[in-house]
Amino acid sequence: MSPLQTDIWTLNMGPQHPSTHGVIRFVLKTDGEIIAEADPDVGFLHRGLEKIAELVPYPAFMPYTDRLDYLAAINMNWAWALSVERLAGIEVPPRAEYLRVITAELNRIASHLISIGSLASDMGAFTPFVHAIRDRERINDLFEELCGARLTFNYVRIGGVGQDAPAGWCERVRGFLDYYEPMIDVFNQLISDNKIFVERLRQVAPVSAEMAKAYGLVGPNLRGSGVKFDLRKDEPYGIYPQLEFEVPVGRGYRDGVLGSCFDRYMVRIEELRQCVKIIRQCLDRIPEGEIQVKVPKALRPPKGEVYCRTEAPRGEVGFYVISNGEKTPARVKIRTGSWSAMSIIRELAQGWMIADLVAIIGSLDVIAPEVDR
Amino acid sequence: MATPAAIAEQVQARFGPAVLASVLQGQLPHLVIEAGRLQEVCAFLKDSPELKLDFLSAVAGVDLGGELQAVYLLYSYAHHHSFALKVNAPRENPTIPTVSGIWPAANWHERETFDLMGIRFSGHPDLRRILLPEDWLGHPLRKDYKYPESYDGITLRRDEEDWPDPGPEALSK
Repeated sequence: MSPLQTDIWTLNMGPQHPSTHGVIRFVLKTDGEIIAEADPDVGFLHRGLEKIAELVPYPAFMPYTDRLDYLAAINMNWAWALSVERLAGIEVPPRAEYLRVITAELNRIASHLISIGSLASDMGAFTPFVHAIRDRERINDLFEELCGARLTFNYVRIGGVGQDAPAGWCERVRGFLDYYEPMIDVFNQLISDNKIFVERLRQVAPVSAEMAKAYGLVGPNLRGSGVKFDLRKDEPYGIYPQLEFEVPVGRGYRDGVLGSCFDRYMVRIEELRQCVKIIRQCLDRIPEGEIQVKVPKALRPPKGEVYCRTEAPRGEVGFYVISNGEKTPARVKIRTGSWSAMSIIRELAQGWMIADLVAIIGSLDVIAPEVDR
Repeated sequence: MATPAAIAEQVQARFGPAVLASVLQGQLPHLVIEAGRLQEVCAFLKDSPELKLDFLSAVAGVDLGGELQAVYLLYSYAHHHSFALKVNAPRENPTIPTVSGIWPAANWHERETFDLMGIRFSGHPDLRRILLPEDWLGHPLRKDYKYPESYDGITLRRDEEDWPDPGPEALSK
């Protein structure tokens, strides 16, 4: 009898696959269940946003930024508005700054809810996803009341925000926070302490701090590896310097390995608490007043260039904008968190099982439209 | 934390003639570096203990009209300072050495820049299109890019009679 032999198989995963979080394809080379190579194939959602940006006036690009990362549209709006404001030297009124932080942090909660819920559902636990969606619906209701949209909000404007908070809205946000804060503990009881869930994640695919920096991981993925870096703290913008909050980092939760899938997951859970803390402070201090400064209708920022980065739920989103003094930008380059998260998968997935790849994708919180732009 | 001027000074002291221009005013202080010496300069910026620019945020391709340009946006986690490098390449056969050996993050950024701007990165381990299909013609982010009439038998033109193109002016009305 000949000795047992194994061959390398090529396996196609996606582009339509429930766990790839959007239209992403992987070409897997596997040795049995073990991944020898996972080659991500991206670009299915490429809409040429950088080219479109060169064709439309600065304010008209705002709705397109919603589609960059539709789970965190307001964070993307804000990133674009801030870039143009820095380029053109526009000051934003205080009330608008507060509304921006409130909505952006609400959007961060909504985005993290999808992330942790879908990771749980990828691991075979469907109930947490339903819980997450239920709470996210309440945030969507608040946004709908504020700006009329439930997904692509198009709320932030260059020089302010689009709509003022309607009467009683701030109180309803406070009501939501009172409801939601205990729900984080309920969610933890439901899944974060679940033995099967923890065992599937706590030692899988650890990313060292060096590797995370080398591949340019940002946001919760970077902090999951123990690097305490948050643009809201380290390169603050808006009114973040006046707000108190912690930056949670991975520390080998549940006796796992530092930087494992579970650390990335727990960083997001801990960030939810910080979001609640930030929004409460803003609700206490929000001043009355204008929500928009006068910005010329045909905005022509002076000749120059800027690289402006902000902390979105998926980490650093950076707009590199070049202005030639025209109505439209000369060049816009968009750097997103999912792009670098996607580029690390090839090295990270090697030697893990196919089922672990699902955990890796879920814990890195990759979202296809942000990769492809 | 080092100021952009201090970083530029260190690079200039070490690589004098390789620095073609130094722009320290404005919101993006940067140096323009000779393409041939890019790898040495980048290795120095990353490994020098006082600079330690260990995070490559992005590589952006820019069409300057006459030339193409790659912009490297850098940051240091250790010292909390940022800096930028620019490298120009001729429009005909634009080639720049890869920095993917220095920052692995550059691998995908350079592939994207090759795909959309058409800058070739010599020494890149896997330089192929990333966002567009492999058989796509041209590089869309170049200013002289002509939109194709069709791709793979699928028309890319809109029906002008039903949906007249309003043109970019319509958006600013």
